[in-house]
Amino acid sequence: MFKDGEHLIRLAAVFALGLAAFVILRAAVVPRSFGQYGHYRGAAIAEIASRPIALAGHVTCESCHSDIADQKKLGKHVVVACEACHGALAAHAEDPTSVQPKKLDTAVVCARCHEANSAKPKWFPQVATADHSGGIACDTCHQPHRPKIETGKSETAKTEAEGKK
Amino acid sequence: MQIPVQGFMYPNEVELQWSILIVLYPYITGLVAGAFILASLERVFRVEAVKPTYRLALLTALAFLLVAPLPLQLHLGHPERSFEMYMTPHRSSAMAMFGFVYLWYLMAVLLLEIWLDYRRDIVLRSQTGTGWKRGVYRLLTLGSSNVSERSLRIDERLGYFITLIGIPSAFLLHGYVGFIFGSVKANPWWSSPLMPIVFLFSAMVSGISAVMLLYMFSTWVRGQRIDMRCLDTVARYLLYTFIIDFSLEMLDLLQRIYEADESFRSLDFMVHTRLWTSQVIIQILLGTVTPIALISLTQVLRCSDTARKQIYAVAGSLTMVGIFAMRWNVVIGGQLFSKSFLGYTSYKMGFATREGLLPAIVLMILPFIILWVLVKLLPPWPESASLSESDAVAVHATS
Repeated sequence: MFKDGEHLIRLAAVFALGLAAFVILRAAVVPRSFGQYGHYRGAAIAEIASRPIALAGHVTCESCHSDIADQKKLGKHVVVACEACHGALAAHAEDPTSVQPKKLDTAVVCARCHEANSAKPKWFPQVATADHSGGIACDTCHQPHRPKIETGKSETAKTEAEGKK
Repeated sequence: MQIPVQGFMYPNEVELQWSILIVLYPYITGLVAGAFILASLERVFRVEAVKPTYRLALLTALAFLLVAPLPLQLHLGHPERSFEMYMTPHRSSAMAMFGFVYLWYLMAVLLLEIWLDYRRDIVLRSQTGTGWKRGVYRLLTLGSSNVSERSLRIDERLGYFITLIGIPSAFLLHGYVGFIFGSVKANPWWSSPLMPIVFLFSAMVSGISAVMLLYMFSTWVRGQRIDMRCLDTVARYLLYTFIIDFSLEMLDLLQRIYEADESFRSLDFMVHTRLWTSQVIIQILLGTVTPIALISLTQVLRCSDTARKQIYAVAGSLTMVGIFAMRWNVVIGGQLFSKSFLGYTSYKMGFATREGLLPAIVLMILPFIILWVLVKLLPPWPESASLSESDAVAVHATS
């Protein structure tokens, strides 16, 4: 029986070798902290926490640029955080004089949200930039922090109306 | 590239995330499961008539199984990450668990069954073969050249046991693919408890049809006569499974029409517009009703051998197209409508891109190249088995 089943023992040995190779490989490549808190590498938390902070947060921005914050309050962009358009600027907040943010190209930045797309809700302001402005920078006509171009109504009336809401 | 959209789509629905490669994944996996189930007919259910297709079916299943994960890996773009599924398995992920279903089926079922079935031939070829092939055969013998009657009887018994395990495993393999789609509860086109069963039967249909066509083609290439008893039996099983498959799909449709939940009008519109050609014309009329009618004709009318062969070839080819269309309609169709039920998008397939038509064609040709190599290495033909008889006598005489 043993002699006639020898090939099966050899087969089992091949499987056992494969399994052993897998176990050794697994021990070698799976990080030690994997599974410490959940289905991820536990040490990743400390690594991420040790990274330098990139975003300053709109409260920090507004503590110096209160004029811009006031402008924003009058328009729909009040809900858009500063760094959503200007990029992460914690370094600038730390050292405002030596780290100066680059001036944005509004023809590119505005289109990120406002380029026409049939998937966007109809109420969301959107334009086909090629037809709308032909590549001209948006801030030629719009004031980015308060983008709606007011026609007719006076600024005061508008402010009062918004204040009542 | 602007994607034509009708009505309202959520932003993440405009572009299809699951491309033609994801269509290939259930198609190829289905061929594997179907081919294996045909092979098990002979082994477990003792359907002697289909014996000439037994080994061919096993090799076909292996060739397609080896290619089955490639569309997924190409789609994800980081093939090396697939091994993380085994290194750090995530038990709550349906896709991750498929990796284990796949591995089980490949290692514990298919490779073992083929090895046990071919072991005698492998040993004989390792002693009579020449060149690099001999080296391959010697490696495959695992150093044991025992082909005594008793050892072969052990192989036969163990092979039978593995086929017994193999049938539920094959059901699991493709049922699982259906489960992956059927369990997406956010998508009413997919979410159905019938999905695994429909996938399973369509897999059997496509696998049986593929082996039938391959058997006819390979016999013709070798200049041999087709065993009509075998071909008729395979075609009959194709018909039976096809009728069950079609009935299940129609039941699912009836249920959806009668239930008419909030998604129904949107899905109904989609079937009558964007999916009309691929679903109604190609899948149902050409790919299902026509082959069922054609094979039924051979059961009712007395047809000549040549006529039957031609009918089987046409019906088999239409079946392959029909099942592909079914996978297409499930995968692509499930992404064409908005979950708001207010809009529809389109699928723009690239050509020579990572997920375009060209890689899909290459992936569909690849299993045939693998099958060709496997057939050269382990001929599945009955006459090569009878040739080995004389070799076996010679080997026994010399040893």
